[in-house]
Amino acid sequence: MAERISRDEVAHVAWLARLQLSAAELERFTPQLGDVLDHAADVAALNLDDVAATSHPYPVTNVLRDDVVGPVLDRDEVLAQAPSSEDGQFRVPPVRGESP
Amino acid sequence: MSDRPGFGADRVWQSGSPGLGAPAGTEWEMVVGLEVHAELLTATKLFSASPNAFGGQPNTHIDPVCLGLPGTLPVLNRRAVELAIRVGLALGAEVRPSIFARKNYYYPDMPKNYQISQYDRPINTGGSLELPSGKVVGIVRAHLEEDTGKSTHVGGAGRIDDAAWSLVDYNRAGVPLLEIVSHPDLRSAAEAREYVTELRATLLAVGASDGKMEEGSLRVDANVSVRPRGSAELGTRCEVKNVNSLRSLGRALEHEARRQIDLLSSGQRVAQETRHWNEDTGRTSLLRSKEEATDYRYFPEPDLVPLVPEPALIERIRADLPLLPRQRRHRLAAAAGQSPARVALLVERGQDDLALAAVEAGATPESVLKHLEQHLADGAGALTAAGLAGLIAMEQRGELSSNQSKAVLAEMVRSGGSPSEVAQRAGFEAVAAGELAGVLERIIAEHPAEWQRLCTGDERERKKMQGFFTGQVMRATKGQANGRDVAALLEDRAGTSADSAPG
Amino acid sequence: MSFDGPAARIAAAVRAGERSATSAVAESLAAIDAAGELGAFNAVTADAALARAEAIDDAVAAGDDPGPLAGAPVALKDNICTSGAPTTCSSRILEGWTPPYDATVVRRLEAAGAVVVGKTNMDEFAMGSSTENSAFGPTRNPLDPERVPGGSSGGSAASVAGGLTPLALASDTGGSIRQPAALCGIVGMKPTYGRVSRYGLVAFASSLDQIGPMARTVGDAALLYSVIAGCDPLDSTSVPEPLGDLNGALAADVDGLRVGIVSELSGEGIDGDVLSRLDAAATALTGAGAYVGEVSVPAAVYGLSAYFLIAPAEASSNLARYDGVRYGLRVPAAGAVDMNVATRTAGFGDEVKRRIMLGTFVLSAGYYDAYYAKALQVRTLVVRDFAAAYERFDVLLAPTSPSVAFRFGERTADPLTMYLSDACTVASNLAGHPAVSVPFGSGADGLPVGVQVMAPAFGEDVMFRAAAALERLLADVPRPDGAAATAAAKP
Repeated sequence: MAERISRDEVAHVAWLARLQLSAAELERFTPQLGDVLDHAADVAALNLDDVAATSHPYPVTNVLRDDVVGPVLDRDEVLAQAPSSEDGQFRVPPVRGESP
Repeated sequence: MSDRPGFGADRVWQSGSPGLGAPAGTEWEMVVGLEVHAELLTATKLFSASPNAFGGQPNTHIDPVCLGLPGTLPVLNRRAVELAIRVGLALGAEVRPSIFARKNYYYPDMPKNYQISQYDRPINTGGSLELPSGKVVGIVRAHLEEDTGKSTHVGGAGRIDDAAWSLVDYNRAGVPLLEIVSHPDLRSAAEAREYVTELRATLLAVGASDGKMEEGSLRVDANVSVRPRGSAELGTRCEVKNVNSLRSLGRALEHEARRQIDLLSSGQRVAQETRHWNEDTGRTSLLRSKEEATDYRYFPEPDLVPLVPEPALIERIRADLPLLPRQRRHRLAAAAGQSPARVALLVERGQDDLALAAVEAGATPESVLKHLEQHLADGAGALTAAGLAGLIAMEQRGELSSNQSKAVLAEMVRSGGSPSEVAQRAGFEAVAAGELAGVLERIIAEHPAEWQRLCTGDERERKKMQGFFTGQVMRATKGQANGRDVAALLEDRAGTSADSAPG
Repeated sequence: MSFDGPAARIAAAVRAGERSATSAVAESLAAIDAAGELGAFNAVTADAALARAEAIDDAVAAGDDPGPLAGAPVALKDNICTSGAPTTCSSRILEGWTPPYDATVVRRLEAAGAVVVGKTNMDEFAMGSSTENSAFGPTRNPLDPERVPGGSSGGSAASVAGGLTPLALASDTGGSIRQPAALCGIVGMKPTYGRVSRYGLVAFASSLDQIGPMARTVGDAALLYSVIAGCDPLDSTSVPEPLGDLNGALAADVDGLRVGIVSELSGEGIDGDVLSRLDAAATALTGAGAYVGEVSVPAAVYGLSAYFLIAPAEASSNLARYDGVRYGLRVPAAGAVDMNVATRTAGFGDEVKRRIMLGTFVLSAGYYDAYYAKALQVRTLVVRDFAAAYERFDVLLAPTSPSVAFRFGERTADPLTMYLSDACTVASNLAGHPAVSVPFGSGADGLPVGVQVMAPAFGEDVMFRAAAALERLLADVPRPDGAAATAAAKP
């Protein structure tokens, strides 16, 4: 059986998840993740074409709230918890590039 | 290419130089689809109860949910759903059971580093928007999603790439957005602007959005491609972002289409990518290539349950919809015996009800449209339909000169009243026919050469001199003479003086 | 009374003015203080707890009723948000963060007169089965300090089992309440999905997470459950179903009750000592008049696979918010992206990283259909097969954990081995059904064994009926056990 996840793929998902792995970690994590995916091979192999997906245990629908303004957070208290702030805003290192 | 033709609806682009990709002289066509993000006019955010309000000190419209604090959960805003359905119905979309999904990507102005949006099952699918020109643009979908916060880049040269640090304000985070996606049915920058204008008018009509592009409550991303005119295939498209006004939209589309044509004309290929419009340089620049495109890893949002609008709710909202701009155009067009395109301006100004009522009160449709179009650009003020109809009737009876009529109209806009009263107050009474003849005789005597030219000149010369004498009479009567009376008098007098012309 | 146990007795005494809440809380705080080596608590809120106890005593003195949990000390798993104390999820990445709000369950506890005494240790972000994944060090099993208390709610389980608090709240995503309850010899219950508000529970896997009670008796567990359950407008997935007659259920016998033993969960991979306790439970129930039979839930064999696709997928998204921008840890770097990466790399432990990467992978382009979409379909099969089983049986029985408490380090080298600890419990999370682990004697090395009672959605009453019966019947079963129990119960 071909490996279910390659080192490159692990490095790629680490990047997608904003994690950095050392070479040693990559070496260690790759087979560990492969083991779990191997274990899931029984599920991946099932033919379930006629089975609906369940993303939720119960068929509850239309849970809505009225459009009424509630309390807001105290800005100073919120910013006191922030790693860095300035002028009432959260301060972060420069963001390069636009959001998608 | 040095030659930069315009990109109006009827213009044609041509390759200026022979290229490998397309023969010289190829006519190109722009193909545009737009994604419009409209902030919905709710009191609170899409999934929490902090205020949805523009402005305000940074980070003062925040609550634990919109800040994405650990342990918080979204609860859907009923009003946002109703507004989304209103827009859907206005666009003739099918309002369907929908679910929310998470769109995963990292950006500091997104508190959870995922955006709750709708993906494969949006609330509105299909539909169309008819433009004033009569063109119908297909709508793919109109779905609900939450807005992000705002980052300001500080230090450096103020540009993103040079910033020393960024400041983040989450007041906008979680504001409800409706993303309205069109089919690539638009063929010019002018058409794209017309589409956005019409969509904005529709959103305003149904009360879904305030449509303020300058405040960012209406934002436009454009998918642009070009192809040889007549081709049925779509070219490779680029997505252009950061288009913040109608003017920018037109400029950005023209620039981007030209960039693509230049590439194709010189034998290169257009790469599928996302580009950033820079208003200052007037250019688009590469933001992300297709290969760099984020893998958003959409999956159903487990914190929210499916939205299944009851048919009764949909029907209640449908019954509550106001007349849409398109319906108003058709209504006035039918009443005035004109095309919808002809009456679009009045609908845009919201003067169609006045025009309709004036026509119903018996005024000539053409006169009604002309008055409103030409004299009421700044609004109809206190003018009533009966007043306008009365004014037009007085004109037609020759009781007012066109200058007097304009003055009376202006007064009625200012303070209302009936045209006869206003005219009387202003001392406007038509100059008596005898008096007018005397005035004309005096003027002929003062300008014999001109009179000669009027009587004996060719058609063009006669027209010119008629204008001259009419102007002189108007000046002498301080504009109180009726234009039609003067014309008739001139014609009469010229006919009789043909023999007695000074020799 | 039917809600019986140490907590119920404290509350009854406090309400009757026979005992002060202050004494009950002080006793608990002293016990916590004395048991520091267990590593059960991340934070103890002694001052706030004593102040709260005094307020309760004042209320009683003024003739008011502080509520059904008056003066009862409660420990909270450290993933339940409290405005008065840090909430860390036993992770460096949240160290020092104090939520500006209380979880709905905390408000409900306070309204019922309970007194929160502190926040308990756990596997980081509830990912683990041994509490060895805590950034603040492991929790020890009070019954054997060389062994794990189970996880992820090891701190809450140790607090209750060690007598530090009569009650604890914890969360259960794939067995995180029931498995440590079994390993520590206490009662731990996962309610029907939606029964208890998740507002203020730091999310691991949103479609599976539920908050539930831990207690020394079934009665106390039911009492705590009855206090925290209820629909919450702040949680779209909470449901308004009535609770049913829990008091009546606790007192009822099991005559005629149909009990199914799930064959897929009680064979391969389960230690013999555990299976023999399950048999003993079956025998005891049969003796008490229940009909006990074997039942197949075929999709249960896919439960673990589906669980280890769905839970990491949701977790990868839920944990994206820890980026060093708004709260918690920040590791400085020159740019925002580098800062995100540095912060997350330093702030998360290995197990959390593994699950985030696994979840990111199964949701990524090209793999979604093969893994995540399939897992959601398997979830449908699990629900369907359980529904079929519940047509024939009122409740289902299975082991809670495949083994008794294991030693530190025994399963840390191979993550998959650790994952197998959840083999018997994940199915209830996938189906959203309620389940409770009840201690039923001991197995190898005299360590406790838990038996799991599962019920259909909103069937907490019948679940508690069977659980209370097992608790009563245990007194009649020879201890220590093992050979005494037979397979005779299986028809």
